[in-house]
Amino acid sequence: MAAKALLQVEGVETYYGNIRALSGVTVAVNEGEIVALIGANGAGKSTLMMTIFGSPRARTGKITFAGTDITEMPTHEIARMRIAQSPEGRRIFPRMTVKENLQMGASLDNLQHFDEDVEKMFTLFPRLKERIAQRGGTLSGGEQQMLSIARALMARPKLLLLDEPSLGLAPLIVKQIFDAIRELNRTQGLTVFLVEQNAFGALKLANRGYVMVNGKVTMSGTGKELLADPEVRAAYLEGGRH
Amino acid sequence: MEYFVQQLINGLTLGSIYGLIAIGYTMVYGIIGMINFAHGDIFMVGAFGALITFLVLVGLFYSVPVVVALLVMMIVAMLLTSLYNWTIEKVAYRPLRGSFRLAPLITAIGMSIALSNFVQVTQGPRNKPIPPMISKVYEVFGISISLKQIVIVIVTTVLLVIFWYLVNKTSLGRAQRACEQDRKMAALLGIDVDKTISITFIMGASLAAVAGTLYLMYYGVVTFSDGFVPGVKAFTAAVLGGIGSIPGAVLGGLLIGFIESMWSAYFSIDYKDVAAFSILAIVLIFLPSGLMGRPEVEKV
Repeated sequence: MAAKALLQVEGVETYYGNIRALSGVTVAVNEGEIVALIGANGAGKSTLMMTIFGSPRARTGKITFAGTDITEMPTHEIARMRIAQSPEGRRIFPRMTVKENLQMGASLDNLQHFDEDVEKMFTLFPRLKERIAQRGGTLSGGEQQMLSIARALMARPKLLLLDEPSLGLAPLIVKQIFDAIRELNRTQGLTVFLVEQNAFGALKLANRGYVMVNGKVTMSGTGKELLADPEVRAAYLEGGRH
Repeated sequence: MEYFVQQLINGLTLGSIYGLIAIGYTMVYGIIGMINFAHGDIFMVGAFGALITFLVLVGLFYSVPVVVALLVMMIVAMLLTSLYNWTIEKVAYRPLRGSFRLAPLITAIGMSIALSNFVQVTQGPRNKPIPPMISKVYEVFGISISLKQIVIVIVTTVLLVIFWYLVNKTSLGRAQRACEQDRKMAALLGIDVDKTISITFIMGASLAAVAGTLYLMYYGVVTFSDGFVPGVKAFTAAVLGGIGSIPGAVLGGLLIGFIESMWSAYFSIDYKDVAAFSILAIVLIFLPSGLMGRPEVEKV
């Protein structure tokens, strides 16, 4: 299994100054899978997402994508391997219109399929169509989240990293987004690696999952296994079910 | 009345040149948040590039059509200043990116001194004149408009239109604006941030080169220290218009040009710089983010 992994993170350690944020993290995402990473606030989930992009860079360990070592690659070249991310905090360009934000997402694709893909995004998130000429900074939190995911999808990625796609969204929209992810995975074989605090939804969606505590991966298994695990239930699910 | 319109035209000419230089300050500030104090000297290097090109052209061909000469001068000056500014960014500013804010600022002042001294040593300290290239003057309703002034305004307008299109309508411009708003996110989307910053320096330098060529043509003389005062005035224009805003830089340039020519006309020419800088101080007291700038939220 490990040999065929699309994304392989092996023994990665990341530091902020002298503070170790990730210690010996090993994670694999296979082609066509949806993998969830769950954990509490500050566990290091978003740090792992950014470390995959080399920002911050892993101090030790190795990250490979489709067989290529990307540990030391410049961030923009990692992106050009067709990895897209909807990052923590959404990071919408505030003084660009929704359309320009989507164009930025498609710049990896040289805007070749822009018109076609933008229509798909409108089907996925009809709200964006109404907002197309508006500046990113004027959108609501939920709309920005949709825009951030749509922007990542515009790159036609092989691997999509989603950092808390459900954050700040109404439950109905969360369901809609999770359905959309499942659909893209099923019909186009899109590989997805997502970070979630909404553990229940994420594990139900995912084929496999990892649990992260204090910068370490403490548990892994299929989505069903983790959902049934008493420890996981106690820490992330009971009382926290959405 | 004629006198007033006359001064308006003079101010417009001067303001065009300031505006072209000011864009370089404002763009670089927008994308990496530093004031490139060497930019005024890049403008001066542009003027020298144009001067040398002029002498070579005259030396080689004896007589050259003015339009051709001006075009060649501008292109050579643009290439030269682009090379200078690109190198300065790469050698002096890039290694300091991410260090505390004063470090690149001081380095920029150092680069400014280095450039003007380099030109002083290699070209000599004296004023370098060129013969008048265009001397035609039109009289309209008692106002005299020289062809030089018309050329300056037309060249500036054309450049601004091209430049506006580049920044607002092309993927290069989009990448620049993206880097300005969130460099990290731009990189996540596959934008080569270093390259985009280099291109920004090259674009700023090219506009400064054109300004330098026009300045040389207008005044017919240039010297190694000519980067300083127009540089500071253009910087003032950029701040007045709202640093980081490109339309603001143009507006600021024109305003400084008008203030200067009006003050010289109605009050005392000796105090024209005092007037320009006083207006700056007043604007900054009441409008700290400039005329068209947006309130700066401290970037972390």
